[in-house]
Amino acid sequence: MQTKRTIFGNKGLPYLLLAPQLAVTIIFFLWPAAQAVRQSFLREDAFGLSSSFVGLRNYTRLFDNPEYLNAIKVTVVFSISTVVLALGVSLILALAVDRMIRSGRAYTTLLVWPYAVAPAVAGILWWFIFNPTIGIMPYILENLFGYDWNHSLTPNDAMILVVVAAAWKQISYNFLFFVAGLQSIPTSLREAAAIDGAGPVKRFWTITLPLLSPTTFFLLVVNVVYTLFETFAVIDATTEGGPAQATNILVYKVFRDGFVGLDFGSSAAQSVILMGLVIVLTVIQFRFVERRVTY
Amino acid sequence: MVENQRWLDYLAHAVLICGVLLVAFPVYIAVIASTHEPSAFVTGTIPLLPGANVVDSYAGVFEGGVSSQMSVPIGVMLQNSMIMALAIAFGKIVISILSAFAIVYFRFPFRVLAFWMIFITLMLPVEVRIVPTFEVISNLNMLNSYTGLTVPLMASATATFLFRQVFLTIPDELMEAARIDGAGPMKFFRDILLPMSQTNIAALFVILFIYGWNQYLWPILVTTDDSYQTIVAGIKRMADVVDSEPNWNYIMSVTVLAMLPPVLVVIFMQRLFVKGLVDSEK
Repeated sequence: MQTKRTIFGNKGLPYLLLAPQLAVTIIFFLWPAAQAVRQSFLREDAFGLSSSFVGLRNYTRLFDNPEYLNAIKVTVVFSISTVVLALGVSLILALAVDRMIRSGRAYTTLLVWPYAVAPAVAGILWWFIFNPTIGIMPYILENLFGYDWNHSLTPNDAMILVVVAAAWKQISYNFLFFVAGLQSIPTSLREAAAIDGAGPVKRFWTITLPLLSPTTFFLLVVNVVYTLFETFAVIDATTEGGPAQATNILVYKVFRDGFVGLDFGSSAAQSVILMGLVIVLTVIQFRFVERRVTY
Repeated sequence: MVENQRWLDYLAHAVLICGVLLVAFPVYIAVIASTHEPSAFVTGTIPLLPGANVVDSYAGVFEGGVSSQMSVPIGVMLQNSMIMALAIAFGKIVISILSAFAIVYFRFPFRVLAFWMIFITLMLPVEVRIVPTFEVISNLNMLNSYTGLTVPLMASATATFLFRQVFLTIPDELMEAARIDGAGPMKFFRDILLPMSQTNIAALFVILFIYGWNQYLWPILVTTDDSYQTIVAGIKRMADVVDSEPNWNYIMSVTVLAMLPPVLVVIFMQRLFVKGLVDSEK
């Protein structure tokens, strides 16, 4: 690992400098993670007085549990819809800003600020707009399409609500990175294609999109992580996993099973599975970042 | 600009205007709702034009005790959020810059191990270790305290990597010159490294402030006492009793107040914000 050509010779000082960071890491990250792994092999009795080793039982029970399988399905649907919506809208906006010469900055300012809105607040905002009795969207849907919106009863409506809220919050982040990615594509390439007679649509598919793929891939990973974990707040502030488990994503289930259901073994096993997922995603992200640096 | 096609320009403007409206729409609705009296929400749809109840709505939430929906005045929650956001941002920066300094400018046993231990924190977001982390906090008697709210969130791999990257680009000659002039490590850190990383610190501070302010799961776990409630986590509690008596104007006033500080930070420090965002993702 890289250091400087010359270094300071102190023996104790570096440990002292690292101490606060490592203390927080060990006490609040590594220790609880180890506890989660340990608990995932144990089963506590109803009063939390004794626990016994049950091997992989907590895991096998999970995969036999229709509720957990449903949570996996819900998570996949939620993640894919949110990521596609958030990436799609922000790419279109970034392409439009990329054409602007003078007004680009002004539009950027008007588009980036939702980054600062907390996921929980984003959830509340959309929840209000979609409120079945007084919300503006159900009113429009009913009068224009004759659709009776009710996210507290209809599973699909609830899913659409959380997807819209989660994607809305993420648009500005994706937008900024897409704009940066577009600016790094050499104009000469697009000019050459234009001279060869390629129209704007063809240029987008054959030049812009392939050259943008490192950015897109990076954003894909970041957005998947976002939908898997940070959207906890969106769900908790709006649907609370309902109706009928329709928006009960994996992270939310870990929380509910642990704090409401008090099923620690199962909650811990779910935590361990999620950790595995984050590790895989982090490795993908970092291998990719390394490649981008050597570009 | 590759070619000059008017219709494409118009299309781009149209797309962007739609985008700006889409992005602003929910917030506009919230601001409008906060200016009406409670009776405006009983029937029909959400009003789309401002009402005349601004003073009452906001004064109501600042006084607290609005119709069973809030036991704590909003001022206390705002103060808690501010303490939390500032403490987390400040703490993360101090902790990370010190460890980056140790990792780059010293060579000592277990250096690589320390680096990897910091790296691993990236892979353990709060959400995946909720229950055991809660147990640790309660064993340490840190529930319902500012220490519990802030300290556990202060470890940061991204900030450490960022400062490591910054230090690696600082020329070696500076450090050699400082040593020749007889400066010890801490003097070098204070007089050369800190001033040289000023912009990075400021940019990171903006990002971390927003991160700290917007925390949701953590305050819910760690606080049961209302006097430690943060505003972002508090809205949920208000909205929960909504079914009985929807005082939407108060809920939306609180929502507006909850997003105001971080949004202002982004708007007024846009350059630093963009820099911080891009830096911390590398």
